[in-house]
Amino acid sequence: MSAGITKEHLEQTLREKLSADHVEVTDTSGGCGQNYDVIIVSSIFEGKTLLQKHRLVNDAAKNEIAQLHAFSQKTYTPTQWVELSNKK
Amino acid sequence: ILCRYLSESLKKSLDETVQKNDVVLFMKGTPERPQCGFSRAVVQILHAQGLDFSKVQTFNVLEDNELREGVKEYSQWPTVPQVYIKGEFIGGCDIVLNMHQSGELEDLLLKGGLVEES
Repeated sequence: MSAGITKEHLEQTLREKLSADHVEVTDTSGGCGQNYDVIIVSSIFEGKTLLQKHRLVNDAAKNEIAQLHAFSQKTYTPTQWVELSNKK
Repeated sequence: ILCRYLSESLKKSLDETVQKNDVVLFMKGTPERPQCGFSRAVVQILHAQGLDFSKVQTFNVLEDNELREGVKEYSQWPTVPQVYIKGEFIGGCDIVLNMHQSGELEDLLLKGGLVEES
């Protein structure tokens, strides 16, 4: 087993590979670094189904996900993200 | 690392399984005793939808490592749980939860005649 994936590494990978406007990675493992929740906002999600969006993310972070115990994702287009922020 | 888990025979049996059963759930543990929070969440959502579990074919991937790795390759999906409805791959826990919240899951189950209009 490797030492694990850092939050920063995962964030950077997703940001680069998905041309994301916004990436939020939350470590839900209590510090061991094997459980992450991520929020990704990118215009490449435009017009995609939920399954297609999640596949894009899984593909971008393939090597990283393989080393994690758990990985949970929320994907938004920039428009959806603005709508969501306004609701809060 | 280069060893492949998805043998021809496993692929064929997965093809048959997802085509023959209305709902197929690959999970960690059993519906009565899930062994991972993500698997538990999916079971709870399907219960909440009013789905009759006699219509759900479940597989415990913890009991079969070939299946555990093979199903990931089969679906091109890196994690378990995995849900199939009417032969179609729906997704994992995040997608099922999202579809549950948006009403899409209910529509899909109604359309497939798997639950009744409440």
